[in-house]
Amino acid sequence: MKPEQEKQTATALSDAIHDLASRIPREIKIMEVCGTHTMSIHAAGLKKLFPPNLNLVSGPGCPVCVTEKSFIDEAILIARKYDVVIATFGDLVRVPGDEGSLAEFRAEGGAVKVVYSPLDAIAIAKECAPTPVVFLGVGFETTIPTVAATVKTARLQGINNLYVLTAFKTIHPPLKTLADKPDLDGFLLPGHVAAILGSNCFDYLVKDFHKPGVVAGFEALDILIAVRDLVSMLAENKPAIANDYKRVVRDAGNPVARALMEEVFSPCVAQWRGLGVIPGSGLEFRHKYNDFDAAKLFAVGTPQSKDDPRCRCAAIITGSKTPAHCGLFGKECTPEYPVGPCMVSSEGTCAAYYKYGGA
Amino acid sequence: MTKPMTKISLGHGGGGKMTGSLIKDTILPRLDRGRLGALPDSVVLDGFGDRIAYTTDSFVVSPIFFPGGDIGSLSIHGTCNDIACSGARPLFISMGLILEEGFELAQLERILDSAAKAADEAGVQIVTGDTKVVPRGAADKIFINTSGIGRVEAQAPLGPEQIQIDDKIIVSGPVGAHGMAVMLSRAEFSFSFDIQTDSASVWPIVERLLPLKSEIRFLRDPTRGGLAATLNEVAQLSNKGIEIEESSIPVDQSVNAAAEMLGIDPLQAANEGKIVAVVAPGSVDHVMSLLVDLPIAEGAAVIGTITDTNASKVVMKTRVGGTRILAEPSGELLPRIC
Amino acid sequence: MCLAVPMKLVEMVNEDFGRVDAGGVRTDVNLMMIPHAQLGDYLIVHAGFGIEVLDQEEAEIRLDLFREIAEATAGLEVD
Repeated sequence: MKPEQEKQTATALSDAIHDLASRIPREIKIMEVCGTHTMSIHAAGLKKLFPPNLNLVSGPGCPVCVTEKSFIDEAILIARKYDVVIATFGDLVRVPGDEGSLAEFRAEGGAVKVVYSPLDAIAIAKECAPTPVVFLGVGFETTIPTVAATVKTARLQGINNLYVLTAFKTIHPPLKTLADKPDLDGFLLPGHVAAILGSNCFDYLVKDFHKPGVVAGFEALDILIAVRDLVSMLAENKPAIANDYKRVVRDAGNPVARALMEEVFSPCVAQWRGLGVIPGSGLEFRHKYNDFDAAKLFAVGTPQSKDDPRCRCAAIITGSKTPAHCGLFGKECTPEYPVGPCMVSSEGTCAAYYKYGGA
Repeated sequence: MTKPMTKISLGHGGGGKMTGSLIKDTILPRLDRGRLGALPDSVVLDGFGDRIAYTTDSFVVSPIFFPGGDIGSLSIHGTCNDIACSGARPLFISMGLILEEGFELAQLERILDSAAKAADEAGVQIVTGDTKVVPRGAADKIFINTSGIGRVEAQAPLGPEQIQIDDKIIVSGPVGAHGMAVMLSRAEFSFSFDIQTDSASVWPIVERLLPLKSEIRFLRDPTRGGLAATLNEVAQLSNKGIEIEESSIPVDQSVNAAAEMLGIDPLQAANEGKIVAVVAPGSVDHVMSLLVDLPIAEGAAVIGTITDTNASKVVMKTRVGGTRILAEPSGELLPRIC
Repeated sequence: MCLAVPMKLVEMVNEDFGRVDAGGVRTDVNLMMIPHAQLGDYLIVHAGFGIEVLDQEEAEIRLDLFREIAEATAGLEVD
C-alpha cells in the first residue's frame, strides 16, 4: 500500500471507531492479550486514533512478564552449580532475578548464548559437547511447538547434552480468568497463537462469558480494523468471535504444530506473575522426554525469589493498573535498570509506555 | 634462515626486536606516507591555522570483518566523522593497535590494508601509532584506537546552542545498515544477506554544507544507538523539541526486513557513514540540491522539524497518523522472538 | 507474545528445511510444521520455523478492503 493510502485507511477506520464508540455511553475496556500487539499499538501511536471512552489494556501475553522471577534465579543457580551453558532467546537476557540478570551473569564469565531459534541450541550443544547446554523454554503456543520440534530433532540426532528448563504458558486458562472480570468488555486475540490453535478455539468467550473476541494481525491497520469490529459488536451487543487475520489464521489452526507440542509436553500447574497459580496453564515434559528436563536433572531447589513489594507489574499484567499508577515507573524502574519484568521485556507494558510515551 | 612469521606472539608486544620487525615489515610498508616512518611517539604537525579539531575513538567491533568493511576501515571513518562533525577537515590520524596473542598475521595485514585504503580515500594520513600485544583472552583478536586532528573550516559556529525553532533536520541517507550488517554477521546467526555497512567518511558532505555558514546549525554522526540516540541527543542538548515524520525516514528494504525479523528497531541500529544536519528552514532546498549528486548522500531526506513544544523530546508522527515518543535506546540490541 | 514475519520460500534445502527470503535477507527455516509449503509460498516465520503458510488470496482480499476504505474517504473529501 502507498503511504498516503495507508494513512487514509487508518483515518477512516479511526472515524468508524469513534462513531461506533459514541453509541456506547460508558468507558469501553478492551484487552490486547498479546504483548506484540501492545508493542505495535505503541509503535504506531494508535492510542491517539482512539476515542476517549475506548481504553486498550495490556494482557498476560508477554512471556517475559508472566514468568516468575524464580525462573531466572533457577537458571543462574543451575549454570553456577553444574557449569552448564545457557542458551536463551534475547528477550530474557536483561530480566533481573535475585541472582542478577543473565547479562550480569555473562559479564561475570558465565556462558550465556543468545539464540534466534531453539534449533541454534542444538548447534551450540554439538559445539560444546560434552558440556551440558540448557535452553530456557519460555513462550506460549506459538513458540512451544518450535521447542518441541527441537527436542525431537535432538533425540533423532542423538544429542545427549541438550536440556530445557521449562516455563511455558498456555493462553486459555488465564484468558478464562480474565474473561470473568466484569470490567473487561472484549479481547483483541493473539494472531500467532491463533495460527497454531485456530480461530475456533476462542468460542468459549462468547458462550461462557458473552464477550466478543477478534483475532488480529500485527500491522497498524490490522489492529485498527480488529478494534473497529470489536467496538461494533459491543455497540450492537452481538458478541462473536471474528477472525481478522485470515491470511495467516485458519479456523482449526495448525494441527501438525499442536501434535508436536502434545507429543513432547503435557499440561501442568503453573505460577503466573500477576495471576498466581493456575491449574493446567503450564506444560511439562512427558515421561518419554524426561531426559531433556533440566529442572529434574540439575536440582538446585526452588529459589525463594522475592519481588520488590512496590512493583505493580502484577496489577499491570491483569489490566487493572497502568504504569502511571506505579511509583517506580520511570524513576527507579527504567529499561536500563528494570525492577519488574514489564519494564524488561521489550513488549512489556511498562517498556512500551516508557519507550513510546504512554497514554 | 628464520621461519616466516605467521602469528602474533606476546613477543611482538615486547618493545624489542620483534616489535621492531612487526612495525618495520608489516605496519610501515602499509601505513607510512612519509611521516610515520620516523616512528615518533608524538608528532608535531605543521600546516595548521589557529583552530584545529582533535578527537579519539576506540574500536572493538565483533566480528572484525563484516560486509562492506572491517575494524580497520571503521577505525578511520569513525574518527574522521567525529572531526567532520565539528566542521573540520580531517587531516591526521594516530592509530593504536591492541593485538591478542595468536591473532593471524594475515588478518592483521588485511585490516591494515583496509585502514590505509580508507585513509587514502578520506584524504587523511596515519602519522603516529602504537602496537601492544596482550595474552590470549585478554583482548578479542584486535582492538584499535584512533585519534584524529582536523583543520576547522566552518566559518560560523556549529553547536546545539545555534539550533532555532522551525529549523529542519536532514539525514544524509538510509539508516541502520551498519548495525544490521554487523549483527547479522555474528556467528550465532545463520543469515545470508546483502546489507553492507555504510562505513565512509562524511567529510565530503560537510565540505559542501560549510559555505552555507550560519544556515548550518549543528552536525552529528548517528553512530551507536542510531538515529534515535542522535535525535534525542539533539533535543536534549538544544533543550528544544523535535517532531519527525516516520514515513520520511529513509530505511533500506533489506534493513527493514532484517530488523523486523529480529525484532529490532532500525532507528536504533548504528550508522558509520551518515550525518544528521540541523539547518535553517529557508535553506533546506539549497542543502538538498548541494547533496543531490554526492554518492555518499544518496537517499538524503528531510525528516523533521525543531519545535518549541515537547522540549528535550523527540515526537514521531507515525505512518498511520498516530504519534509517539521516539525514545533513547537502552543498552545492547538483542534479537527477540516476542 | 510472538513475533513472526512473512518470508518467501525460495529453495528447498532438504526434507526439513527451506530457504526463505525477505528483502534480500535469507535464512533456512524448518518446515516440519508446514509439510504442505510450496516454493513461492510466503511462510510465517517464528524462531526459525515456518509456522503457517500465508494465504495470498486472503491477503489480497484484505488489501482490497483497505484500499476500498481509503478510496471511500478520499471520495468523500473530493465531494
